[in-house]
Amino acid sequence: MGQQAEAILHETEAHDAHHEMSFWDKYIFSVDHKIIGFQYMFTGLIMAAIGGYFAYAFRMQLAWPGEEVPFYGLVDAAKYNMLVTNHGTIMIFWVAMPVLIAAFGNWLIPLMIGCDDMVFPRLNRLSYQIFLVSALVLILSFFVTGGGFGGAWTSYPPLSAVAAYNLTNWGASLWLLAVFLEIVAFLLGGINFVTTTMNARAPGMGMMDIPIVVWMINIAVILFMASVGPLVAGAVMLFFDQRLGTSFFIPSGGGDPLLWEHLFWFFGHPEVYVVLLPTMGIVAEIITVFSRKKLFGYRTILYTAFGTGGLSFIVWAHHQFVAGIDPRMANVFVVTTILISIPIAEMLFSFIATLYGGSIEFSTPMLWALGFLVSFLIGGVTGIYLGASALDVYFHDSYFVIAHFHYTFFPITIIGMFAAITYWFPKMFGRMMDETLNKIHFWGTFIPFNGLFLPLFLVGMAGQHRRIADFTQYPDLASPDLQSIRIFATVSLVILLLFQFVFIYNFFNSMFKGKKAPLNPWKANTLEWTVSSPPPHGNFAELPTIYRGPYEYSVPGREEDYWPQHLAPNQ
Amino acid sequence: MSLQGPIATHRMRTGIPTGRLAVWWVLASEIFIFGGLIMCFLLFKFNNAPGFEDADMTSTAAGAFNTFVLLTSSLSIVLAHAAAEKGDIQASFRYIWFTIGGGLVFLLVKTYEYSSKIYGGITLTENVFWSFYFTATGLHALHVIGGMVIMGMISFDVRKNHNLQRVELIGLYWHFVDIVWIFLFPILYIANF
Amino acid sequence: MSEAHAHPNYIKIWFWLLILLAISVAGPMLEIPWVTVVTAFGIAAVKTFMVAAKFMHLQFEKKIIWYLLIICVTFLGVFYFGVAADIMNSSGQQWKDCIADNTCIEQRL
Repeated sequence: MGQQAEAILHETEAHDAHHEMSFWDKYIFSVDHKIIGFQYMFTGLIMAAIGGYFAYAFRMQLAWPGEEVPFYGLVDAAKYNMLVTNHGTIMIFWVAMPVLIAAFGNWLIPLMIGCDDMVFPRLNRLSYQIFLVSALVLILSFFVTGGGFGGAWTSYPPLSAVAAYNLTNWGASLWLLAVFLEIVAFLLGGINFVTTTMNARAPGMGMMDIPIVVWMINIAVILFMASVGPLVAGAVMLFFDQRLGTSFFIPSGGGDPLLWEHLFWFFGHPEVYVVLLPTMGIVAEIITVFSRKKLFGYRTILYTAFGTGGLSFIVWAHHQFVAGIDPRMANVFVVTTILISIPIAEMLFSFIATLYGGSIEFSTPMLWALGFLVSFLIGGVTGIYLGASALDVYFHDSYFVIAHFHYTFFPITIIGMFAAITYWFPKMFGRMMDETLNKIHFWGTFIPFNGLFLPLFLVGMAGQHRRIADFTQYPDLASPDLQSIRIFATVSLVILLLFQFVFIYNFFNSMFKGKKAPLNPWKANTLEWTVSSPPPHGNFAELPTIYRGPYEYSVPGREEDYWPQHLAPNQ
Repeated sequence: MSLQGPIATHRMRTGIPTGRLAVWWVLASEIFIFGGLIMCFLLFKFNNAPGFEDADMTSTAAGAFNTFVLLTSSLSIVLAHAAAEKGDIQASFRYIWFTIGGGLVFLLVKTYEYSSKIYGGITLTENVFWSFYFTATGLHALHVIGGMVIMGMISFDVRKNHNLQRVELIGLYWHFVDIVWIFLFPILYIANF
Repeated sequence: MSEAHAHPNYIKIWFWLLILLAISVAGPMLEIPWVTVVTAFGIAAVKTFMVAAKFMHLQFEKKIIWYLLIICVTFLGVFYFGVAADIMNSSGQQWKDCIADNTCIEQRL
């Protein structure tokens, strides 16, 4: 097998040597996993800008109700609904998943497991193309008659099923179609990831030598695949209700709206772990490298990731505590919800244990990783409050929930994304990012993030309900105290968004004019650091053989404080 | 890009060829999609939603005949695989087209069923049972069409003695489509349970 | 390519599948509920197993694929029983079943 592999490699190389690719083949219709990873990343970042813009618009409305929002216009109730719906949908489906899973999964997995590409490069390209179409369909939905869908990212029927109720006839169906296409794209991509990781590992890389981020992305992809099926069925049913007049979910026709809730949340809950696990993996990699210490409890982290994944399938109804479910059923879900906090906390403790006694370097990726730990801890803990059904009776659909899930989603998506980008930038582009600008960007994001969401716990506790465009009509909520909190949060958001320009400038400037990066600037063990920056087509000149796990840092008796996976035992 | 693709495609750390491994993952995700739809059907049915007695208005003869057709086409595609394994590409080609023919017969019977219902005034908006009937069999039929198209493409490769392993892979997909029908048949055609 | 293994006799399997099909069609005609369930559904499960094991070569496949499929079916079961516990409860202390008493339209639902 080895000699055959060598022969194929030489054949491929020879073939490529006299195959000069056009711009279109190389960058637009590429089948190279690294380019496809970038395509996902840039699409995701553009969608993040749109999602952030929507957040800006609706938060401005909340802070100064009824006034024209600069660079947007007037936000009436219908527009508000459209903004919050699409903000949520975009951030989860078109930012978190493509950047954390598709972009970094694509870019990292073949490099980290020591092979030359994904096992199905053309399928990989197809999955990106379907994903791009899904993004375009969603954007199209904003421009059709009636505007974009406004029924919340959870799209509960009968509101979402009946155009006469949601007033966004075409927007609703285009939104649903976009989500459906995005799901198909990720199912296809996921098959590639799992098959590649299972089959194409370099010789010597056992299951327990795989870098934890690769494991996490694979587990996430499997969780996604298992949970999304019923929702695909449900989406087809909802689409037929919208367009063909069936009544799967419309009570007057014999349908059941609660069924949609179950179908949605059976997926919706595992989905949050689908996005969490890759970031946990990214943070694990960064923390180990910048503590110069072996990852504490590799196997434990792995098994708890499996445990989290399994448990995530039996907690979904905690989103439905006040939807009219039987309280006795709610009790079961309270127990499972509180249980699931244990494996996740364990993973965080493992990261803290890795830090303990380590030789810590506060590089920007490390700052992001630490920022994740702190913020996600707050997010996770507040989730336990919501998991207690009695408390949820009060907190459901309040800003407490919004603050909770932003203290989880923002660290997962935004902090995770910046951690990964700042960490792997030198390898991706062959240049170093400006460290000062990076640090300015970090603090300029981290502090306003807390300024934005921490006060929202308070307004939530005061009873402020979510998805309401204008609180001036509610005397109890229209007090100056609460309004000043809303203004404070909005101002924090604006500051947060402004600091992102620092990142954009740094990113592009460093890409072209940054200091040339050494091969392994962070002195890490994993395989991607052994190839040139950026890695060539085909990744490795010679497929590596693996001799140890990825976390052999500060091994006693070694001169260097790291021991790359591919070095023979005597090296 | 060389015809063979990257080295990664030919590696086999699990002992299962990548193509086959990938098809099993596809089938696993499809189990959730069709399974989800069928579970929803059962939820409505056991909750005594109106309309489910209409299951005796579907033609059991047509459904049984279609089951027979799909089972036979499952046989022919696995025989195509056995022939391909032995290197008998002509026989494999014939068996594949026999299977495609089976798919065509299935679709014709379905077309007859759909049209007789629709001309009889029953469409998918009639009640929840009919909504499920048309949605589930429609989704299934789309998978049958997709399978037929892919089988056609593979058959031409087989005739040129290329990529013979793909006969097994499309066979796996086709067997899955058959199994989905094996479940759809009793739930949609047999009332009183 | 596949490992060398003896192929099962596919035609024999097909023949048994057709016999089972005939029984599963005849059984419900007796209109006895438990017979219907056993013949229509029980046989569907048996046919599935036969197609999976023999035609799809699952009996020769590595165990990991079996585990994958069993996990899929298990999660579908979790979905079904979890949702059924809620959906199938068509009465409660504080709410009316407007589908059963046909008042959904009045209530504009």
